Amino acid sequence: MTVLEVRDLAVRFGETQAVQGVGFEVARGEVLGIVGESGSGKSVSVLAVLGLLPPRAVVSGSVRLHGRELLGAQEKELTALRGKSMAMVFQDPLAGLTPVHRVGDQVAEAVRVHQRVSSKAARLRAVELLDLVGIPDPARRARAFPHEFSGGMRQRVMIAMAIANDPDVLICDEPTTALDVTVQAQILDVLRTARRETGAAVVLVTHDIGVVAGIADRVLVMRSGQVVETATVDDLFYRPRSPFTRTLLDAVPRIHDHPARSGYSGRPVLPPQPAPAHPGDARSTPPVPAHSGEARSAPPVQVGWGAVRRGGRAVLEVEGLVKRYGRGGWVVDRVSFDVRAGETLGLVGESGCGKTTLLMEILALGAPQGGRVVVFGRDTAGLSGRERLGLRRDLQVVFQDPMASLDPRMTVHDIVAEPLRAHGLPIDRVGGLLRLVGLEAEHAARYPQDFSGGQRQRIAIARALALEPRLLVLDEPVSALDVSIRAEVVELLLELKARLGLSYLFVAHDLAVVRRIADRVAVMYSGRIVEIGPVEDVFAEPRHPYTRALLAAVPVPDPVRERARSRLLLSGDPPGDHLLRPAGPPSGCRFRTRCPLYPGLPSVLGSRCVSEEPELGAADGAACHHSSGGIG
Amino acid sequence: MTSEEVTGPRGQVGPGAAAGTALARPVAGASVGSVVPSRWRIVFGRFAGSWGGRFGGLLLLGLFLLAFVGPVLVPWSYLDKDFLAFLQEPTGAHWFGTTQTGGDVFALTLRGMQKSLLIGLLVAVVSTAVAAVVGAFAGYYLGWTDWVLGWVTDLLLVLPAFLVIAVLSPALGQGAWLALVVLLAAFMWMVTSKVVRGMTISIREREYVRAAQFMGVPGYKIIFRHVIPNMASLLIVDATVNVSAAILTETSLSYFGFGVQAPDVSLGGLIADGARTAVYAPWTFWFAAGLLVLLILAVNLIGDALRDAFDPTSNRGRR
Amino acid sequence: MAGFLAWRLIGYVVLVAVATSMAYLLAAAALNPRANYAERTPRPPDSVVDAQLAAYNLNDKEPLAARYVTWAEGVLQGDFGRAWNGSSVNEDLGRRAGVTLRLVVAGLVIGAVAGVAVGACAAVGQYGWFDRLSTVASFGVLAVPTVVLANMLIIGAVWFNDLTGVKVFLVSGEVTPGVDSLLDRVQHLVLPTMTLALGMAAVFSRYQRNILLDVLGADFVRTARAKGLSRRAAYGRHALRVALIPVVTYFAFTFGALLVGTTITETIFGWYGLGHQLVSSIRTNDVNTVAAISFLAALALLVAAVVADLLHAVLDPRVRTV
Repeated sequence: MTVLEVRDLAVRFGETQAVQGVGFEVARGEVLGIVGESGSGKSVSVLAVLGLLPPRAVVSGSVRLHGRELLGAQEKELTALRGKSMAMVFQDPLAGLTPVHRVGDQVAEAVRVHQRVSSKAARLRAVELLDLVGIPDPARRARAFPHEFSGGMRQRVMIAMAIANDPDVLICDEPTTALDVTVQAQILDVLRTARRETGAAVVLVTHDIGVVAGIADRVLVMRSGQVVETATVDDLFYRPRSPFTRTLLDAVPRIHDHPARSGYSGRPVLPPQPAPAHPGDARSTPPVPAHSGEARSAPPVQVGWGAVRRGGRAVLEVEGLVKRYGRGGWVVDRVSFDVRAGETLGLVGESGCGKTTLLMEILALGAPQGGRVVVFGRDTAGLSGRERLGLRRDLQVVFQDPMASLDPRMTVHDIVAEPLRAHGLPIDRVGGLLRLVGLEAEHAARYPQDFSGGQRQRIAIARALALEPRLLVLDEPVSALDVSIRAEVVELLLELKARLGLSYLFVAHDLAVVRRIADRVAVMYSGRIVEIGPVEDVFAEPRHPYTRALLAAVPVPDPVRERARSRLLLSGDPPGDHLLRPAGPPSGCRFRTRCPLYPGLPSVLGSRCVSEEPELGAADGAACHHSSGGIG
Repeated sequence: MTSEEVTGPRGQVGPGAAAGTALARPVAGASVGSVVPSRWRIVFGRFAGSWGGRFGGLLLLGLFLLAFVGPVLVPWSYLDKDFLAFLQEPTGAHWFGTTQTGGDVFALTLRGMQKSLLIGLLVAVVSTAVAAVVGAFAGYYLGWTDWVLGWVTDLLLVLPAFLVIAVLSPALGQGAWLALVVLLAAFMWMVTSKVVRGMTISIREREYVRAAQFMGVPGYKIIFRHVIPNMASLLIVDATVNVSAAILTETSLSYFGFGVQAPDVSLGGLIADGARTAVYAPWTFWFAAGLLVLLILAVNLIGDALRDAFDPTSNRGRR
Repeated sequence: MAGFLAWRLIGYVVLVAVATSMAYLLAAAALNPRANYAERTPRPPDSVVDAQLAAYNLNDKEPLAARYVTWAEGVLQGDFGRAWNGSSVNEDLGRRAGVTLRLVVAGLVIGAVAGVAVGACAAVGQYGWFDRLSTVASFGVLAVPTVVLANMLIIGAVWFNDLTGVKVFLVSGEVTPGVDSLLDRVQHLVLPTMTLALGMAAVFSRYQRNILLDVLGADFVRTARAKGLSRRAAYGRHALRVALIPVVTYFAFTFGALLVGTTITETIFGWYGLGHQLVSSIRTNDVNTVAAISFLAALALLVAAVVADLLHAVLDPRVRTV
């Protein structure tokens, strides 16, 4: 039975056509996934369904709920439907909740808008709903304010509000994008519960095609404001018709397969751009080729997978590094690892695990609060200002967000020349550097705002390479990019590493990217490294229960396997995700509060987790007392 | 990442903004090699396109011309006294009439306006510059620098500016209006500097500043190259606000006789004198008061239009 | 938390002490109380003047440091000394503070409430007729300096009184001597209150409008509407509630600044409050009063800052837990 039917939906903002000819229908209990990259018009489409676009948006077409036309309906009518028949869960759960009202009151408000119940009854219902979405101790937590909740908990509250009136349609706009992967798995599970409880038709908007594999029945793929393909989930993944869908699927890294067989299949070949909304613009702007000149002619690089080259000289050694803020807990606690010449070490962990703090400590080249940082054989604690400046030439950094890492007020030339000027070097190399990263020397006169995300990241890489460093620190360099662009930048990084003989310290929360680029991987949890080892070993046979959970939480872009897979859900939040951090980590093993293993351990074994903090063994290993005798 | 989708199309409105489609490599704007429309040109275009900006700008220009060209047109200077005409209505000889002592109101008013304009502009420039530097250094270095600068800022904030200037300015003697500028500026930068400090703290966490630090660029260079230029919009808007604040403060000081000292005149002093005779000789009050109102109005309109022109989210057509 | 507050309080006390001392030293060095006696006829002999000034700790023949110590000792005991004519500064200012309060409270409250209402309505109907009208009106009011506005109101009131032949508006002082009825007080209060309230309303309406416009686009307002709240309910219960937080703290600051800042209104309407006293104390070279007013101004501002912080904490749970 079709609940929601959208036909020929078009949205225009002034001159810009944001969405055109979008149509879909959803039946009771069905999950429709809408997939597309940023700017593809997927969020605009669902907001148009609810009538929540800003007034200047011009919407046309047809949106029918139970056969009743909603476009052009009276605002009063829509208000009565919103939250009752159609409910919505938004992306950013922090901004989505009113900061000054108690969480329980906000849920109760959703109840009282549509049901004539006393405020006391509404409050009781709110507690029930919070319980349903898995908030522990809901009666007490209902009295808390949104900022006292973690991101995952806030998203649960949003879902509780959305299902408060048993809606017929539940629209979720990127509900897990702002969350860590283990929390994403939890929230997807809550959504499954919500669908079961309400029997609603669910529309799930996401940029991550992997997410829809396990939850959606049908999928709609969008690009540039238009529908590219609509198919059942199995057809889409196994028999994609549109070349764009294939590109998306190819770009999705599969961490559970061997990277040589799948994963990034080299540079994705993209179909030609559909005509943009204003033809005038398109003609006046010849596309800038992403790869040109030297970069293209460079021979393809083959990285020897499996062969772990541990022979090289250590370019970076970190020993027992400690960093803490104020009197609070340790942000980075006794972390040790090294990076050898020509090696890529991937550093993985969820938000707040201390990985960025760790990078900043290394990059500061100062005296750490505890432990040692040795860069190219020099202990950073005893450096003079001049020596530190000299060492900076060998150690450069690329940041996550290419928009934030380039000063918007400087031209590309000035941006790339800045490190050269700082070290008094000739700045005539800027053109060559731009060509090295696949841009053209002529681009130097422009501003960062004139470039797409992927191109901006290339500029940032060119700047990092200007001083001819030997070690590059990459802080989530592809996280902010769309998947198809992501693959290109990863390939560029691999190419540059081989050509210039670089070493990388590569930080990411995306396990698939690490699998593709790193030789070894270190997994961080709550300021400590819990497992470190060669990529193949860690991914094939993770020894620490956290690593196992982390790998299990990544959605598999394969509907049959994803449905069949038993989920190892990690309870609780990443330790860095609350502002109200308890006095410090728990005694003994820090992971024990979330560990799926610990509750099942006989008390003899479990007591060791409480009393003794596990340490990493040798250079490679896992910091768990029961890693060998673990799940079995 | 995706919440941009809703705002995305908005961002495309401005020329040179990135195209919204994800796969668009190149970008709308200029073709390769040509000059990209700079941010400044966009801002100016939006400023000049707004009603307030155009009207305020023309009004201010007109007032400037009047203040500096006007005195050439009449035979009277602000120092002259016409002993044949006391408190006379506007006539062909005295366009704005005369005061009780026979001064030409036209010449006096224009002289006062010159002073107000110069003081307003100079104070705004000086105080905004001080605010930018103090706030940026405090926010960038934090620690002791911040503590010391913050303490001085608070102290000046707590000292009653009006009182201190009023006590000091007669002691400065006549003709020392530049000293008055310094005094006014000294008491006008603190609030802006606190805002600048707050913004600096957030800017110094930005990745382009971090990148510059890790390249080895020294702190003071980062402040002048990355921090202050990225607050230009705030500073410019603030400077405009300070122009009218300075003019108003100078006016009230002069109203009580603490500002510009005789025989030089300022609008505040003229208004104070005129208010006494306003009921039966309205010309002594209304010309000075009216021009002061127009002056403040022009500056406020310009400030508001600039704020809108700089704010990328306010590009709704105002016509 | 308590330790943090204590440190801040100590910081404030030091700040007030330094500011007041600076004001005293400045006034003592720049002002010349002796001049007041020079204009008297017959001019008193120097020795008499010296004795008189010395009695009030105003004698410029004594070293500045010595005068400062005497003054500071008095202040520490809560005594701000004597005015140049011998009256007690404490009593003087206490009386005048009452006048200022009676003047400021009505004007500020009326102005702020009206401004918030106008700003909120303007923001909700952005670019509608009310928004345009209120924008033009507030720009008009903001462009008229208090000096001009007050005089304009007086001119208008005189014209109105002449027209009706009844003294509806009274333009000078707080009460008519010998009358002192409530009506008389209100008649005196209307014009200065309007002077203050109009300016306040213009400032607050712009401030409230801009803040509310920022909040109206926030995600949580969209969430509220997605729940099924009408636009009005979503704006009122969610957006305005959040947008009021900065406005309320701004209100506290304005109040603190106004205590000694209504110089012009008080002078023009002949209300003998603190602002009026500030001007006349400088004119009469009254060093001790100048210092005492500086003290009050600094204190008012810091108390306002504390109150603003407290209000912020009451209204915003995010501040409370930190």
